[in-house]
Amino acid sequence: MIELENVAYGYGAKGDAPLLRDLSLTLAPGSFHFLTGPSGAGKTTFLKLCYGALKPTQGQLRLFGDDVAAMPRDGIALVRRRIGVVHQDCKFLDHLPVIDNIALPLTVSGQVMEDQQGNLDDLLTWVGLGARAHAFPPELSGGERQRAALARALILSPEVILADEPTGNVDWEMSQRLLHLLIALNGMGKTVMIATHDLMLIRAAKAQVQARVLRLSGGVLQAAGADL
Amino acid sequence: MNALSALRPDPGADRVVPPSGFTARLVVFTAAAMAFLAVFTLALALAAGRLAEEWDSALARSATLRISAPEEQMPEQTRTALTLLQQTPGVESARALRDEEQRALLEPWFGPDLPVADLPVPRLIEIEETRDGFDPDGLRLRLQAEVPGAVLDTHDRWRRPLIEAAGRLRLLGWVAIALIGAVTAAMVTLAARAALAANAQVIAVLRLVGATDAYIAGAFVRRFTLRTLTGAAVGTGLGALAVALLPSGGEAGGFLTDLRFAGWHWVLPVLFPPLAALVAWAATRSAARRVLSGLS
Repeated sequence: MIELENVAYGYGAKGDAPLLRDLSLTLAPGSFHFLTGPSGAGKTTFLKLCYGALKPTQGQLRLFGDDVAAMPRDGIALVRRRIGVVHQDCKFLDHLPVIDNIALPLTVSGQVMEDQQGNLDDLLTWVGLGARAHAFPPELSGGERQRAALARALILSPEVILADEPTGNVDWEMSQRLLHLLIALNGMGKTVMIATHDLMLIRAAKAQVQARVLRLSGGVLQAAGADL
Repeated sequence: MNALSALRPDPGADRVVPPSGFTARLVVFTAAAMAFLAVFTLALALAAGRLAEEWDSALARSATLRISAPEEQMPEQTRTALTLLQQTPGVESARALRDEEQRALLEPWFGPDLPVADLPVPRLIEIEETRDGFDPDGLRLRLQAEVPGAVLDTHDRWRRPLIEAAGRLRLLGWVAIALIGAVTAAMVTLAARAALAANAQVIAVLRLVGATDAYIAGAFVRRFTLRTLTGAAVGTGLGALAVALLPSGGEAGGFLTDLRFAGWHWVLPVLFPPLAALVAWAATRSAARRVLSGLS
């Protein structure tokens, strides 16, 4: 699904001072991964590589079998419809109500929202936002925003879900609720990767699901220690 | 996205771009003002063109022979000149102006009671040329020999600068219309770039959920194309109405009261709104592509 082979990435003009290097990883269908590491280690950059927002400066990255380096920008956009992304600081179109924001992937992919109304209602209920469907994003709490972002990431029924610090802005109870939703999605066969520095969350998840924990440190990806 | 599909409504895409009050009003107003100016400039260019053609056709086939001679020789020289003119190839007709006609010509300067017969006023002979025209140099040589007091005026020395001036005015009109189109494109480009920059977060969200750049650009291009079309339609309508309501001075009014559209010329301002929309489509499309390719 998502394959990295000796991938490096740097933000400089030539990418000659790589933030990430020698990344090799395959996200297999139905797998569950945690990505941890200190702040600034490059977790968000790693996830951006995984959904094609950034292209590697070295190595090969394949999304669903296609080499990202050879893909046009619009080709990457089409691949991105197969990957649901949730950010800690999730952004919405503030002039549209929650239900339209969640349906946005349908809109941009040319699908008629009315045809998917049943799925949309089910999804809103599943993430617990049924009563907030017509509220506007600025009216939502942090937890509601995270759940709305998750619902938006799921509306096209993607094969992969990438979550960047999804519990960073919510309390423990809400983070557990979000974790349960992500574990449930993995149970449905979705590939899940969560970037977090919340070790308690990782331990809580490992008690419920078989998850692989990876650690980014010094720009290199490695298996986490035995404590995780 | 081609220009026609930019006009086709897409409710989904139209909603994702937030309404932007200031740029919307700016584009509509600019398009309306530019179309209004373009209509007037077009009327000016067409009037200048008509004027040039009228002057050209009215003066091109006529000439005047002026005979200055002592009173007792005037009838003889006039007869000789007329005979000579009738024998000249390229002369369709020639006739001496009557006293009343000469008085009418002088009346604007000397008043209605001018005693033409008592004054040493030259005799004027009006010459109409055939399609091929006559040889003015040859005619002058013959006149010099047979009618020494005759001066041939082919109107060239004052006809040519007038026609040239009218032609230049017409050209300037078309240049002004092209400039109006360029200014419209520049204004729409600026407004589109401002709107794209102000909506960087919207673009980021759309990309995150899988929108292609073509889709994002299309949403902005459609909005700006429709606004320009609306503004230009309003401006063209008002401009055409204003031109239609200009007072007509008839033949005496001359150039200033000849600013009007006649016959098929009415089709030309109708073309302005779609042309303005086409300019806006191209300008916004180019701006959107540039801005989107610059955003990571």
